[in-house]
Amino acid sequence: MLKIKNLETSYGKLKVLRRISMHVSPGEIVTIIGANGAGKTTLLNTISGLVPAASGEIQFSKENIFNLSTEKIVFMGCSLVPEGRQVFAAMSVKENLLLGGYVLHKRKQKKILDQEMEKVFELFPILKEREKQFAGTLSGGEQQMLAIGRSLMAKPKMIMMDEPSMGLAPLIVKDIFRVVRGLRDAGNTVLLVEQNAKAALGIADRGYVLETGRIIVQGPSEDLLANKDVQRAYLGREVE
Amino acid sequence: MNIELFSQYLVAGLTYGIIYSIVAIGFNIIYNTTGIINFAQGEFVMIGGMTAVTLYNFMPMPLAIAAAVIITMIIGALIEIVFIRWLVSPSVLRMIIITIGISIITREIALHVWDEKVRALPYFTGTAVTSISIGGVHISPQVIWVVGICTLVVLVLNFFFSYTLLGKQMRACSSNRNAARLCGISAKNMVTLSFVLSAGIGALAGCIVSPITYVQYDSGTGLAIKGFTVAVLGGLGNSMAAVAAGIILGVLESFSIWIMPTAFKDAISISILLLILFVRPGGIFGNKEALSLKEF
Repeated sequence: MLKIKNLETSYGKLKVLRRISMHVSPGEIVTIIGANGAGKTTLLNTISGLVPAASGEIQFSKENIFNLSTEKIVFMGCSLVPEGRQVFAAMSVKENLLLGGYVLHKRKQKKILDQEMEKVFELFPILKEREKQFAGTLSGGEQQMLAIGRSLMAKPKMIMMDEPSMGLAPLIVKDIFRVVRGLRDAGNTVLLVEQNAKAALGIADRGYVLETGRIIVQGPSEDLLANKDVQRAYLGREVE
Repeated sequence: MNIELFSQYLVAGLTYGIIYSIVAIGFNIIYNTTGIINFAQGEFVMIGGMTAVTLYNFMPMPLAIAAAVIITMIIGALIEIVFIRWLVSPSVLRMIIITIGISIITREIALHVWDEKVRALPYFTGTAVTSISIGGVHISPQVIWVVGICTLVVLVLNFFFSYTLLGKQMRACSSNRNAARLCGISAKNMVTLSFVLSAGIGALAGCIVSPITYVQYDSGTGLAIKGFTVAVLGGLGNSMAAVAAGIILGVLESFSIWIMPTAFKDAISISILLLILFVRPGGIFGNKEALSLKEF
């Protein structure tokens, strides 16, 4: 689904990503964990074209998307739920979802758009209740659901999520992660970036550990959970 | 002051006020999608008026106005495509200085294309001395045209932004540019569209007010200052507040004649602009929190 080779991104002279190579196969949840400032968000923003890459290769469903415009990448089926939700605050919940389905609208698939809207409402019944409310008036958890719903509306082949648990109460985080797992079970592909390493590895099939712009460890989630370095650095567990 | 004179001032104030509002809405549309003040907005008004006057020599007036609006929209699109679109993450200040440059260039070009003569379209109905009497107040039919068309523009714009997908896309871009791009919306096209829309609204305003205010190669500047004052007074980016603010400014100006010489009319709006910028930079209808989120 997604294949990245030797990807490098810099902000001015500062190299943020160094020779990143990774892949995501169809139907799996892959997580990228790491501390603040490791480059996780930059990696996702580079894949979706919001930040220009310096060098390397990015392939999405066998096509080269290196430095394509964000709009084109979204149309190819690669959606991003951005960090900090970024809902359209002064617009209603329904309008937010409608704009999320802009891709389908452009393809004149009005029927599928309606179906997707129903699916999102099924996934998050609270959004149906709040349909007419301004997105800015929703609680943090509801906004996160809306942001995920908005991305799903484009019927993406792969959905990338940037810290969906950030700033949310533990109970709601649990809910969100259950939904992410549900997405995978329904056949979706998910690339999940998280600081909450334990929860992320709990639902992911594979994981990558990012440290100061480099991938230092990778492997199946169970292996990472058992890895002593990962445990010490990211799972807050003392290893004797 | 008797009641008739009072109403007469009020009507004059309303007329000018609503013209200022339309110019202010032009500012707001571009501000919302780009975060910049387009100081060439007044030039759109001028180009609209001048083009319509020229075209009126060859075709009936409604056609001339329609053509002038379309031509100005094309000019608006060209300006955006040539000067703004290709900039890679430009700073707000840089874009504002570009629009000031565009404004000066446009004025000079207009001086060469036309000349320094003052022009005007004829009154849409009747002549300069025709008036309709409503309750003792004499109103020029042109005033009714201005108020009617401007109200229509505001209503149509409101409908456009609230109910059409294109309008929603523009609002999405102004609310959160990157999030809009992540929905597959082309933010660059929305910026071009906002220039086209502003140019069209400005041009239409230029056409309908030209019988009353006349139009000249440099008449855009004055209107732009008034429009900008109104946009700031209402709170940048808020089009409905701009209508209210425009009427407030128009009426204040109109009544100022009563206590001060006419020559001080423009000083009123500049003083109001300064006062607002010092005391309530968010505008009378704006709130502080929203302002603190903005770039400047």
